[in-house]
Amino acid sequence: MTLHEKTIVEAGRSLRSGEVTSEDLLDAVLLRASQTEAQLHAYLTLDKEGAREAAGQADADLADGIDRGPLHGIPIALKDNMCTRGVETTAASQILAGYVPPYDATVVTRLRDAGAVIVGKTNLDEFAMGSSTENSAYGPSFNPWDIGRIPGGSSGGSAAAVAAGSAFGALGSDTGGSIRQPASLTGIVGLKPTYGTVSRYGLIAFASSLDQIGPLSKSVEDAALTLEAIWGHDPLDATSYSAEYPDVPADLDTGVDGLKIGVIKELAGEGYEPAVESSVADMVQSLSEAGAEIVEVSLPTVDIALSAYYLVAPAEASANLARFDGIRYGLRVEGETTEELMARTRAEGFGPEVTRRILLGTYALSAGYYDAFYGQAQRVRVALRDDFARAYETVDALVSPTSPTVAFPAGEKIDDPLSMYLTDICTNPANLVGHPGISVPIGLDEQGLPIGFQVMAPALGERVLFRVAAEVERLAGFGARPVIEELAS
Amino acid sequence: MTARWEAVIGIEVHVELATDSKMFCGCAVEFGSEPNTNVCPVCLGLPGALPVPNRKAIEWIMAIGLALNCQVSHKSVFHRKNYFYADLPKNYQISQYDIPVCHDGYLDLPNDGESVRVGIERAHMEEDTGKSTHVGDGGRIHAAKSTLLDFNRSGVPLVEIVSKPDIRTATQARAYAQELRAIVLELGVSDARLEEGSMRFDANVSIRPEGSDVLGTKVEIKNMNSFRSLERAIDYEIQRQIEATGSDSDVIQETRHWDEEAGVTHSMRTKEGSSDYRYFIEPDLVPMIMDETWVATIRNKLPELPAQRRERYLGQGLDESSAGVLSDSPAMLRSLYDETVSLGADTRATANWLTGEVTAWLRKTGTEPADLRLEPVHLQELITIVDEGVVSSSAAKEVLEGILSGEGSARVVAERRDLIQISDSSALAEVIGHVLEEHPDAVASYQEGEQKVVGFLVGQVMRATQGKADPKLANEMLREALGGS
Ligand SMILES: [Zn+2]
Repeated sequence: MTLHEKTIVEAGRSLRSGEVTSEDLLDAVLLRASQTEAQLHAYLTLDKEGAREAAGQADADLADGIDRGPLHGIPIALKDNMCTRGVETTAASQILAGYVPPYDATVVTRLRDAGAVIVGKTNLDEFAMGSSTENSAYGPSFNPWDIGRIPGGSSGGSAAAVAAGSAFGALGSDTGGSIRQPASLTGIVGLKPTYGTVSRYGLIAFASSLDQIGPLSKSVEDAALTLEAIWGHDPLDATSYSAEYPDVPADLDTGVDGLKIGVIKELAGEGYEPAVESSVADMVQSLSEAGAEIVEVSLPTVDIALSAYYLVAPAEASANLARFDGIRYGLRVEGETTEELMARTRAEGFGPEVTRRILLGTYALSAGYYDAFYGQAQRVRVALRDDFARAYETVDALVSPTSPTVAFPAGEKIDDPLSMYLTDICTNPANLVGHPGISVPIGLDEQGLPIGFQVMAPALGERVLFRVAAEVERLAGFGARPVIEELAS
Repeated sequence: MTARWEAVIGIEVHVELATDSKMFCGCAVEFGSEPNTNVCPVCLGLPGALPVPNRKAIEWIMAIGLALNCQVSHKSVFHRKNYFYADLPKNYQISQYDIPVCHDGYLDLPNDGESVRVGIERAHMEEDTGKSTHVGDGGRIHAAKSTLLDFNRSGVPLVEIVSKPDIRTATQARAYAQELRAIVLELGVSDARLEEGSMRFDANVSIRPEGSDVLGTKVEIKNMNSFRSLERAIDYEIQRQIEATGSDSDVIQETRHWDEEAGVTHSMRTKEGSSDYRYFIEPDLVPMIMDETWVATIRNKLPELPAQRRERYLGQGLDESSAGVLSDSPAMLRSLYDETVSLGADTRATANWLTGEVTAWLRKTGTEPADLRLEPVHLQELITIVDEGVVSSSAAKEVLEGILSGEGSARVVAERRDLIQISDSSALAEVIGHVLEEHPDAVASYQEGEQKVVGFLVGQVMRATQGKADPKLANEMLREALGGS
C-alpha cells in the first residue's frame, strides 16, 4: 500500500513506529495532489507553507515526547467555507474572492490543537448550495472514480481529495446531505454529527439551523476519532451542546447482535437506481444475518421533508448571505448610491444557484407568504421530529440508501435544479431533525461507481450510530480504491 | 366650526445599556473611543461569526420591565429583522418580534392631583447599529461624497420600550420620558444621556375629536434630542394635524423629522413597502428561559424607584414639589436626607437645606455630590439651632458654609464665626435704648400711628448688633418700649 492510501489510523501507526514522519505524510499527499488536481480540482487553495510548518512542528513535538492524539501529524483538508486565519477563504464564491479571515473557525483551532496538519481548502458548491460541486465559482470538481462525473456536493472537493488520497481526511459541512452524499458518490465514509455537537463558529453559514460540520474519511474509525477532536461545547456558538463525547470507540467492534434496525419505507422505489436498491437490500440482509432484528418503519412526513427543506434552508440563507454587500470585505462593485453599490456587488458576486435560493428564501419570508411557506415548513419539521421519535421508540437505528443514484455525469443535472434537489432526498431529513447520519461505502455498481449506505440514530446517538456503521463496514469489506485516469495531453 | 381635539400619543424609547460588553460579543461598550476600535468578527458581521447573548443585558432588561410593572415572559426568543443598511453589518438586526422579554406593564406619571397611568406594551432586547458619517457636503446623505462607518456602537445592547397610546398631551409625554429616564438611572443600567444618544425617543401622534374612541391617522416623529424638543415637537405636530385635518393636505401616515432650529417637523418621504422586515426566529440563538427563581432574584434586587420614593417623602410630610425635587436629587443627597431625618431632624427643613443651600453650594464650588463632606449630625444640629433661634436664618447659611468647609459642627462654626444671635433681653434692652435715643423722629411717627417705622427701628438694632440680634425678639421689645399698640 502506498503511503497516501493509508487511513488516519494506519498513518498514525507508521508515524509512531518511526517508519515515517509527518513531513513524509505531507509530501505523500502533496505529491498525490500534484498528480490528480488537474483531473479532480479538489482544492481551491493548497497551503503548502503553513502545512510544512505544522508538519515540522508535529515531528519536533513527537521527538520531544509530545503526542497530541490520533490526528497528530496527519494532513487534513478543510472545506473552503471554514475560516482559516491568514488563508484565503471564499466559500467558492466570487463575492469572497481574495477574502482572508482574521480568525480561525473553532473546528480549525481544535484540529490544530489535536496536532493535525492543515493541507488546504477544498472546493464546494458556492456557499455549500448544491449537490455536485458544479456551482463553484472557481470551476467544478470531478469524481476520482470517473473524471467525467461529479463527486457529489456540496463537500465534493473534500470527498474527492480523501478518495484520491490527496488528504488523509477532511472536514465538510452538511446542510441537507453535503457530507454524506459526496462521501457516498466517492466511496468513502461521511458523517453528519448531531446538530450542536460540533461548533459552527467560523463556518460560513448557509442555513444556520441545519448546518453541521463533520468528517469525511477512508474508514469508520477515522471518522470517529476525527469527530472526537472537533466535538464539544463552544462558548462562541450559542447552539452548541455541552454533551460529553460518547464512548464511540468502545462499541466499534461490538457488532449489531441484539440491535433493532429500521428500514425507512419511504426511501425506496421510484427514482432509485436498481443497483443502489439491491446493494442496500443485500446489506440489510447481512445485518440481519449478523444478529440485528430488521423492521420496516414508516416515516410518512419524509415524503414532504424535501419541500420543507427547500423553504427553510433558502429562508435562512437569504438572511445569512445578506452581509455580503461590498461594504466591509470581499468583492465591491461601485455604484452611485450605497443601495446601488450593494445591488451591483450582489448581482455580480453571487452565482445563479445562490441567487435563486436567496430569491426563494426572501419570498418564503415575505409578509403574506410567511405562514404558507416558512411557517408551514417549520410545522413539517415538528411533524418529522415526531415521526422519528415514534420510530426510535422501537428501533435503535434507521437505515436507507445515502443517495438514490451513483455519481452522475458532469453537466447532467446542472440545468435542472429540481432533479439536483432530489439527490438530497435521503439525507435532508436528518438535518431537519438535527439527528446524526453517516454514509458508509458498501460496493460498486456495474459501472464501477461506489454506492453508499446511510445509518441514522437519535440525537446524541453517535455511539449506536458508529456501532452499526462499523458493522456495515466490516460486512461490506469495501476495499476498492479509485484509479484516476491521466488526462489526455 | 371649532371641534375640540384630543391627541393620542405613544412613545418608543431606545435605551442603550451600559454593560461592560456588547450584546452578542465580548467587545467593550464605550462612548467616544477611536472609531472601529471596539470591534470583532461578530459585531463586524464577518463571515462565520456567531452571536452569544450577554446574560447581564438580559438581567437588566428584566429589571427595567419589572420596574415598569411588566410581565416577564417565561420563554422569549430573538428574531432577525431584515433590512439592508450600510451601518448594519449583517444587514439584519437581532431583535425581538412576538415574544419580547417584557410585556404589559404600566408607568404612573408624577402628577399634581390628576393621576395619569401610561400602559407599557412591551420592552424588548435588540442590538444597536453602527454609525454613518456623511462626509463632503454638510453631512447630508444625498450630497455626501463619501460615508465613514464606525462600528463601535454596532452590537451595543439596546432596550426598546413601547408605550401604549395612553398619552394625551406633550407635557405628559415629557413627564413620561423624564420618569423613564429617572427609573433607568435609578436601576443603574444606562447612562441615559440624550445628547450622546444613549437614550432616544420616537413619538407616534394622532388626533381625534375629544370624546371619540376612534384612532386617527398615526404620524411617527423622530429626532428629538432633549426633553424640551420632545415636548415642542409633539405640540407642533398636534397643531399641524389639527390644521391639516379637513384641508387639502390632510394627515397621512408617515414618518416626520423634527427640525430643532426651525421648530417644525418635515416629512421624511419614506419609500412605500419598505417595512417588510421578514422577521423570523434567529436560528443562531436558542430560546431564553426566564424561570421564576431568576425573575424573583432580579425583583428582589430592585432599588427603591422614583415613584416609591416620592410616595415615601409625601408620607414624611414633604409637599409634592419638594418630594419631586428631592427624589430627583443625587443619591448622596438623598441618603443624607434619610440619615439626618433618622436623627430626628424635621423632614421639611432637612429637604429644604439639601435641595436648596447644599445643592447651591455644590454648584457654586463645582463639587461632585459624591465628594460632599457633610455629617448628618451637623446638619441636624444646624436645623436645631435655627429652630431655637441661636442663629438667624440668614446667618445659618454662613454656618452651613463653615460646616461644608470643614470648620466643625454647627455650634462651633456659629461661635467661631461670631454668628450667635443676641437673644438675651437685657443685652438687647441696652441697644434698643440707644436706637430710640438716636431716632426721636421715628419714635414720634410711631406714636402718631405710623406702625411701619418698627421695621426701620428693627433694622437699626440689627445694624448696631452687626446682624446678631434676634429680629423677632428685637421687634417685640421695641413695641414694648414704644408703648405697645
Ligand atoms: Zn464585537
